[in-house]
Amino acid sequence: MTVTVYVPRDSAALSVGADLVAEAIAAHAAATKQSVRIVRNGSRGMLWLEPLVEVETATGRIAYGPVQAEDVKALFDSGFLHGQPHALCHGKTESIPYFQKQTRLVFARIGVIDPLDTAAYQAHGGLIGLQKALALAPMAIVDEVIASGLRGRGGAGFPAGIKWKTTLGVNDSQKYIACNADEGDSGTFSDRMGIEGDPYALLEGMAIAGIAVGATQGYIYLRSEYPDAKAVLLEAIARARASGWLGSNVLGSGKSFDVHVRIGAGAYICGEETAMLESLEGKRGVVRSKPPLPAISGLWGKPTVVNNVMTLMSVPWILAHGGAAYAAHGIGRSKGTLPFQLAGNIQRGGLVEVPFGCTLNQLIHDFGGGTASGRKVRAVQVGGPLGAYLPASKLDLPLDYETFAQAGGMVGHGGIVVFDDTVDMAEQARYAMEFCKIESCGKCTPCRIGSTRGVEVVDRIRSGDRREESTALLRDLCSTMTHASLCAMGGLTPMPVLSALDHFPEDFRKG
Amino acid sequence: MYSNKVLDHGTKAQESATQVTLQIDGSNVTVPAGTSLMRAAVDKGVKIPKLCATDSLDAFGSCRLCIVEVEGRRGFPASCTTPCENGMKVKTQSKKLAELRRGVMELYISDHPLDCLTCPANGNCELQDMAGVTGLREVRYGYDGENHLTGEKDTSNPYFTFDATKCIVCSRCVRACEEIQGTFALTVQGRGFDSKIAPGPTDFMSSECVSCGACVQACPTATLMEKSIYDQGQPDHAVVTTCAYCGVGCAFRAEMKGNEVVRMVPHKDGKANHGHSCVKGRFAFGYATHKDRLKTPMIRRKITDPWQEVSWEEAFAYAASEIQRIQKQYGRTSVGGITSSRCTNEETFLVQKLVRAAFGNNNVDTCARVCHSPTGYGLKQTLGESAGTQDFDSVDHTDCIIVIGANPTDGHPVFASRMKRRLRGRPGTEGAGLIVIDPRRIDLVRTPHVEAEFHLQLKPGANVAVLNALAHVIVTEGLAKEDYIAQRCDVGEYAKWRTFIALPKNSPEALENDTGVPAAQIRGAARLFASAPNGAIYYGLGVTEHSQGSTTVMAIANLAMVTGNIGRTGVGVNPLRGQNNVQGSCDMGSFPHELPGYRHVSDASTRALFQAAWGRPIDSEPGLRIPNMFDAAVDGSFKALYVQGEDIAQSDPDTQHVQKALEALECLIVQDIFLNETAKYAHVLLPGSSFLEKDGTFTNAERRISPVRKVMPPLAGLADWEVTVAFAAALGYQMPYSHPSEIMDEIARLTPTFTGVSYAKLDKLGSIQWPCNAGAPDGTPVMHENEFVRGKGRFFITEFLATEERTSRKFPLILTTGRILSQYNVGAQTRRTENKVWHDQDVLEIHPHDAELRGIKHGELVALHSRKGDTALRAVVTERMQPGVVYTTFHHPESGVNVVTTENSDWATNCPEYKVTAVQVTAHAKKSEWQKDYESFSSSQEGFLPGTATRGETN
Repeated sequence: MTVTVYVPRDSAALSVGADLVAEAIAAHAAATKQSVRIVRNGSRGMLWLEPLVEVETATGRIAYGPVQAEDVKALFDSGFLHGQPHALCHGKTESIPYFQKQTRLVFARIGVIDPLDTAAYQAHGGLIGLQKALALAPMAIVDEVIASGLRGRGGAGFPAGIKWKTTLGVNDSQKYIACNADEGDSGTFSDRMGIEGDPYALLEGMAIAGIAVGATQGYIYLRSEYPDAKAVLLEAIARARASGWLGSNVLGSGKSFDVHVRIGAGAYICGEETAMLESLEGKRGVVRSKPPLPAISGLWGKPTVVNNVMTLMSVPWILAHGGAAYAAHGIGRSKGTLPFQLAGNIQRGGLVEVPFGCTLNQLIHDFGGGTASGRKVRAVQVGGPLGAYLPASKLDLPLDYETFAQAGGMVGHGGIVVFDDTVDMAEQARYAMEFCKIESCGKCTPCRIGSTRGVEVVDRIRSGDRREESTALLRDLCSTMTHASLCAMGGLTPMPVLSALDHFPEDFRKG
Repeated sequence: MYSNKVLDHGTKAQESATQVTLQIDGSNVTVPAGTSLMRAAVDKGVKIPKLCATDSLDAFGSCRLCIVEVEGRRGFPASCTTPCENGMKVKTQSKKLAELRRGVMELYISDHPLDCLTCPANGNCELQDMAGVTGLREVRYGYDGENHLTGEKDTSNPYFTFDATKCIVCSRCVRACEEIQGTFALTVQGRGFDSKIAPGPTDFMSSECVSCGACVQACPTATLMEKSIYDQGQPDHAVVTTCAYCGVGCAFRAEMKGNEVVRMVPHKDGKANHGHSCVKGRFAFGYATHKDRLKTPMIRRKITDPWQEVSWEEAFAYAASEIQRIQKQYGRTSVGGITSSRCTNEETFLVQKLVRAAFGNNNVDTCARVCHSPTGYGLKQTLGESAGTQDFDSVDHTDCIIVIGANPTDGHPVFASRMKRRLRGRPGTEGAGLIVIDPRRIDLVRTPHVEAEFHLQLKPGANVAVLNALAHVIVTEGLAKEDYIAQRCDVGEYAKWRTFIALPKNSPEALENDTGVPAAQIRGAARLFASAPNGAIYYGLGVTEHSQGSTTVMAIANLAMVTGNIGRTGVGVNPLRGQNNVQGSCDMGSFPHELPGYRHVSDASTRALFQAAWGRPIDSEPGLRIPNMFDAAVDGSFKALYVQGEDIAQSDPDTQHVQKALEALECLIVQDIFLNETAKYAHVLLPGSSFLEKDGTFTNAERRISPVRKVMPPLAGLADWEVTVAFAAALGYQMPYSHPSEIMDEIARLTPTFTGVSYAKLDKLGSIQWPCNAGAPDGTPVMHENEFVRGKGRFFITEFLATEERTSRKFPLILTTGRILSQYNVGAQTRRTENKVWHDQDVLEIHPHDAELRGIKHGELVALHSRKGDTALRAVVTERMQPGVVYTTFHHPESGVNVVTTENSDWATNCPEYKVTAVQVTAHAKKSEWQKDYESFSSSQEGFLPGTATRGETN
């Protein structure tokens, strides 16, 4: 009997030797004349267990990890093909608490199937959303997305359905769907895992968006740092075209939608939607002024829906199960689930998809198991390099857009970076300015010059040079950047700086 | 940068049928929808601080000084990028805004040299102004932080410098290069704090930059600055006038200190150029004060004599006595005059008046003879008026453009920029389609963000064949606009033409051998043009300077009529005029057969009108055309010529024949600002005045009459019009004008299309497009709107007849000629400016195949032979050419290009066939005999000028 063994092809797994493990399993099976089918699945998101090898058994999939090539012989010897115990065995994958406690809507298939297997995609609920959408009038699709309460997962949290409605309402011969896959926030990786683990869901989401607003072409702007995602995506697009999911006759509907991939050139700012549009047009990635909104005048001046990978990947589920089912998750105006990403100084880093409303403490301690160093958590940065640093006292706030905004932070793209009590928050404040200095597009003055001056002023404060005046100057500078910058890059850089200054003033008085 | 005395609205004016009303600082303002808050505020007299915004560019929103507060909205939107909406309540000043603006300013100044007092922009610097406006008092960051103050100054361009240390990275230069000029030479390199403006990976001079000056104009600081401001300081007053270069007729502000021009700045309100310029008009005005300027009248008996300086009176008396002697001896028609397309309408009018009234004959002609005379003829015949049908702005509304026999990016650069803008389109809207019909791959065929759908790279001389083939496709494929034709055109003539054009011999396939253009391309181009809602045709001398020049013009008119493309905005037949006042000199009666307003001298009532006004009889017989004058001079029947501001010895074809004619004259009176080539054969030299030294008007290619204003006194004491007046008086004919406005008043009285024109109206409107009369008191941007001037548009049969100038074994190549951006016409002006750095000699462009066949290497001197003569030029091997065709320009006299060109000319107008000469090119050349003769003749003539002999001895 052939045993199915799953070895992830996700780049987090590859980076710790998954390919070698797969080769070793194949070689050992051949040598011992055991029939093994190796499926290269996506990652389950429990990154501390990667490479996480799973074996299909009568009782379900049994997890072993982290597995190295040299462990393979021992695994065979202990009968892992039959789900037998071993030091690396964690029992049934789906019973691992980290996994079991999640609500996987968007990540439902990820880690379960071969991401490029079209049959498996359909067997696991793929295409239902698109089929439903094709049976609906454009406005009905948009209404479903509005009803779901889905908000932009890139960070800004703008209601996706409203954006779609705007584009639908513009009369133009050509419209576009632009998928922002320039996932540049430190400590974030859900877009990458989504693309590598379930690319068809992204293509399906884009196709639904296209059918809804009347766009016939989609562009995915993928960061150059994601070569594995690129390979998966290109193959998925080719297979989707061959299967009639994309192209001039989407699922036989007579409607047209196709997707193209464009690779970025390593600039953080190209994750800003208008800079991304400039870059997609082949230009230098600088931010555009708004208005006009991209939804009205975007790519090459045409109405364009710009959505993040996670936003678009949520759409097939919403269409398949209904907006109300999605909106049943979450709290307040933050509906549905968010795939959080645990990173930094944390014991069990990985991807955790849970409904809005969960707290940072739950994520960091219940899922993440506290710091990797075992020391106390001192600060947590949520929402990427432009997010606020929250002190330990604020980790019980429910994660939703409004609550975090009120607390001077932001949920952003759901990246959570944990620091222990050895962190120097003045250095982190300096780093925030330095990051902006390196990554600013250079268009607007507050961001272009302000970030450089910001680094210099933090240095002055840290060295004790006119500390009071310098601190006042830093606050003035932050005010100028917050209120006068053209985009969120310069506008939000003060957030980590001021949060560090406000919550950890003692770190600025050393030296 | 503009002078800070010129109001900047910050963003462009918007056109909209909808008006919106909002409140700015408590008072209501109503503006067209789409107008920015910033512009609306300026309308209300409120100037919001700004640095990256200027009203010639699209709003950018980068400097963040123009932020405002809008009631009910979060944050501080930039007023330049925020459109007005009904009911908005906007605050432009508040404590918070003041704080933020000062914060931004503090950042700017933390990275800026503090050398205001010695900075060339001192007193006219937007950054300095904003520091004042925002009340910046200290820079708390200090000046020791990271900065850009050690950058090097790029002085490579002869006219302006780029000083990166003063740059505030507002991108106005980059945007100007893109949006206005369309060259895309500038970019921002790097990102964040490292962002810097760069002309690509090189310096300005080696970059793609065409020195149009748009970046210098746009710069708010001293970063991009005219060298003349470095040298002379800021100007103190300005006069609006009209450029004296090409037929675009750009309006400029001559910015002055006393009588000295500090710089020429394109005038924002100029309707031909809308604040844009090219390297010639913007920078190449130094010739006006060049040491070679003639400042004293001179006379001599023979051309082998040295010149003798005389008073104006003596010069006039001598010239008049010679004319009188010659007329007595050889007859009334033995003398004539040539008017200048570089002089004003008023001056041109006076010269033809002098010839007709004081010489008593019609021997007057103008340089249009050698450029656009077929336009005058062809358009008069078909449409009824000898002029282009549109204004330049019309191109903004066109959907498909045919450019035939014109090289706008070199010849008419400011209009070309506008055309390119339409070709690029705006974000979200398609640009216009483009069909280039040219033997040479001109820049427009492929230039940044512009690519011709079709380049019909025809053989020189096949224009009529190509146009017939295009029309054939349109007619036979049912693409003709029959309704339009039935309503607007002479249907009988149309039926005849239709039958003719549908003949199989006019099909693209049948004509493929003649045109050299694949039939499929012609079919594609015809369909593209005929299917465009608005199609416009732009053409130049590549159309007219052929043996079938007039036929080609008529074929163009046919093509426009058959596609319904005349009589509204966005369409039309648009001749791109070469010199600044070609249109005007033609309008003013410079042709031997026409009185002002294109009225034939044989018409008794017209003659009666002029006779009554001028008090002298007008000859009813047409006079001599320029080539006839040369022939008659060689034959001995034509003996004296008065030439104002033309250089026929360099510009006219078959130079050796022209030289013989000039040598045969007993009295050649040349009025020019330099000792030009023609003046070397003269007996009387009357110093001319440059366009800066006189009042008058020029008429550009769109029939736009624009004022030329005196900004300095004439160098030699008299303006050109005064010279003609005094010369006439010496001949006993009084023309008592005290100011050119009186001459215009006379023109208006005598010319139906000018009756509404006056200097007072020009002052009021800025410029006027004729016809301007009771029916069109403010002028006529688009002609033939309701009906053609001649009533019904008339189709003419345009049979293709190949030129007699054929290639042979001896002369296997075709030479065609053209223009270059940096030089103008015979180069008398531009060669005397720094423009020579771009083009210090005429070169021969040749295809690599033809070069290889002849063993010719790039850059080497090659001989150019025709049946008319020989010369030698440096070769430029380039795939811009097609095999079998070579190309050159005639900007330098020593090139002797017209030694090679022939006497062939247009059947109807005698316009020379400059564009087709059968030649041979051979390698390893030395200077030709003609060139050696020219050098020695020229140097002896220069030695005849007073003072030069002594200078020569000391050398």
